[in-house]
Amino acid sequence: MELEVPEPRVALIDLELGEAGTIDQISLPPADQQFLMRIGFVPGAEIRFSRRAPLGDPGVYSVDGTEIALRAETASYIFVQRGYRSGLGDLP
Amino acid sequence: MTAFPTEPWTATHEEVAEGPRREIRTVALIGPPNSGKSTLFNRLTRLRQKVGNYPGVTVEQRIGLLASTGQEIRLVDLPGVYSLTPYSEDERVAVDVLTGQMDGLPRPDAVLLILDVTHLSRQLVLAAPVVALGLPTLVLLNMADAFAKGGGSLDVLKLAAELGTPVAMVSATQGTGLDAVERFLRQDQYQRPGALLPILQDLPQCRKWANQLGRRVDYQRPLPRAWTHRLDDIFLHKLWGPLIFVVVVAAVFQTVFGLGQPLSTAFQDLLTHLGEHAAPFVPPGLIRSMLMDGLWKGVSSVLVFLPQILMLFFFIGLLEDSGYLARAALIADRTMRSVGLNGKAFIPLLSAYACAVPAIMATRTIENKRDRIATVLIAPFMTCSARLPIYTLLIAAFIPDRPVIGVLLGARACAMLSLYLLGFLAAIATAKVLKSSILKSAAVPFVLELPEYRCPTWQSIGLRLVDRSRVFLRQAGTVILIVSLLVWVLTHLPLHNGRAPELEQSAIAYLGHGIEPLIQPLGLNWKIGVGLLTSVIAREVIVGTLGTIYGVAPATQSMTLQNALRRDLNPAGAMALLVFFAFAMQCTSTLAVVRRETNSWKWPIVQFVYMTGIAYSAALLVNHVLSRFLR
Repeated sequence: MELEVPEPRVALIDLELGEAGTIDQISLPPADQQFLMRIGFVPGAEIRFSRRAPLGDPGVYSVDGTEIALRAETASYIFVQRGYRSGLGDLP
Repeated sequence: MTAFPTEPWTATHEEVAEGPRREIRTVALIGPPNSGKSTLFNRLTRLRQKVGNYPGVTVEQRIGLLASTGQEIRLVDLPGVYSLTPYSEDERVAVDVLTGQMDGLPRPDAVLLILDVTHLSRQLVLAAPVVALGLPTLVLLNMADAFAKGGGSLDVLKLAAELGTPVAMVSATQGTGLDAVERFLRQDQYQRPGALLPILQDLPQCRKWANQLGRRVDYQRPLPRAWTHRLDDIFLHKLWGPLIFVVVVAAVFQTVFGLGQPLSTAFQDLLTHLGEHAAPFVPPGLIRSMLMDGLWKGVSSVLVFLPQILMLFFFIGLLEDSGYLARAALIADRTMRSVGLNGKAFIPLLSAYACAVPAIMATRTIENKRDRIATVLIAPFMTCSARLPIYTLLIAAFIPDRPVIGVLLGARACAMLSLYLLGFLAAIATAKVLKSSILKSAAVPFVLELPEYRCPTWQSIGLRLVDRSRVFLRQAGTVILIVSLLVWVLTHLPLHNGRAPELEQSAIAYLGHGIEPLIQPLGLNWKIGVGLLTSVIAREVIVGTLGTIYGVAPATQSMTLQNALRRDLNPAGAMALLVFFAFAMQCTSTLAVVRRETNSWKWPIVQFVYMTGIAYSAALLVNHVLSRFLR
């Protein structure tokens, strides 16, 4: 039996420190979306909130084996499903 | 280790020696940012490179020559790109070059695609569109050493078969595996890719393809280095992080300033001696005067900045190659954002304290074009070392040596500090104005990749230093050379019976008197006016010019320059002059570099008019207010 309970969908910025999720949607203008996608922020990819900058913002996210810093202004428009889930982002 | 697709292309490479080819082959080097592309390019060309801009855009063009037996190969370094959808300026350039639409460049005969094998699934996204172009391609999997050390693995043969191109594991920093590149380039006939790759429309599809491909070739990602994490725990610590940041910034500043200044002075002495020793070999008279007073003094005034520039780039190289610079940018981002700039702007601004020229070159790390231009525009407000001679001279002449805070801070040091602060405030205010008006932007979100910490290699830093100093010398040297010659000619015109005129009758005095009405409201006289004119070349030139003029003038001939100025200039005018120098754009090297980096005359002209306008208004105000109190 599979668990059908959907994980709560939250903005990237609302993840707890160290928590992982799966990218669900990027609600930014198409150009920004494209830009983020090419550096690894693809729907389905795994992402982990790995660290905060010393002054609180930007946050550092681990996506695709790379550490990438995003400002809150960007991270609050990237939505993730809490917890891991296999799919496109399940890397080889 | 090299793997071949179905047909071993090496079979043909023995035929290379058959005879020299007539035409030069063009090979393009492409790869995502941080794939080690530049390191490889430097390795392959051993600095036999030409650096310039692509026509019409600010993207840097680097072309290197590769000498092979009997045939020259031209290697074109394309900008680092994530994909070939022409989304950014860099990507447009890459596509134009690869499809043969770039002016002045033939369509490449082959492509070297370099990918960071430690992040292969992300980097393979670029492989699909590049291989699909149908050009003969060699795929280089870079950072093979780190990949193996971290326990990563993949089936290179399978990957070569899937892509239909040869694939080689290399390490650009260590120089391993490069023989495969040489062999590929020296082939008699380049082979087109053997496999048909799917044409993928959007990025999620590309990613899916890349991930599946990764799985098919048994790709195992290496484990992240534990010590990168541990170092970040310190360098990005809530308390230690900013503290270390401040210490690092202070240390760089102090070293470039404290150690670089005496070095520059020593270098200047050396150059002066060289000039003095060379002078007797030149026939006396006009020729000697032109060569020694005109060209040599002009050019050596630029050369003296070389030690500081090299030191600065040494530190930038050290910080960048080790991976700390990205952390520094992360820490600085919060502060830079409050004035509307991004964190990456902080390194150029920091380096502008030594000299705006390398600072402006360092803005290349900022991807957002508007942010980059804003940083270029504010950098010359930072108090560069070229302002120090005139600051020191005027402060010593007009500010009494009185304590302000006991022994800790004297009036002179206080004046100096205020001038630094003035420049900084002007930069910040300008940034705010620019970012809320003509350069309003952030079309691209701020994204900063934190690479793994690495030990910088001497070779990579050395190459940087050579590369940068060459660019600097060539750019600044040509302009300085021409302007110096011009100034010298003006002091020697009009000729009377083949002899130079008295200074008062020379064209330069004529010029000085010509602009006198303009600078009189600032409390300045024509001699300062000439100094201001020549200081357009470089700020420190005014000191030399004033020395000459007051030295020639009979009334002040026997005085030191300080005393001569004190006699000839009222205090309000002197303060106005200081403020003028804090704001004004008097540096042709900077203007030339701004032109080069923005690839248009628009920005240097805007910058010159804006900064000089502010300088003039501020000096006018200072003279107006102070002349009521001081006299």
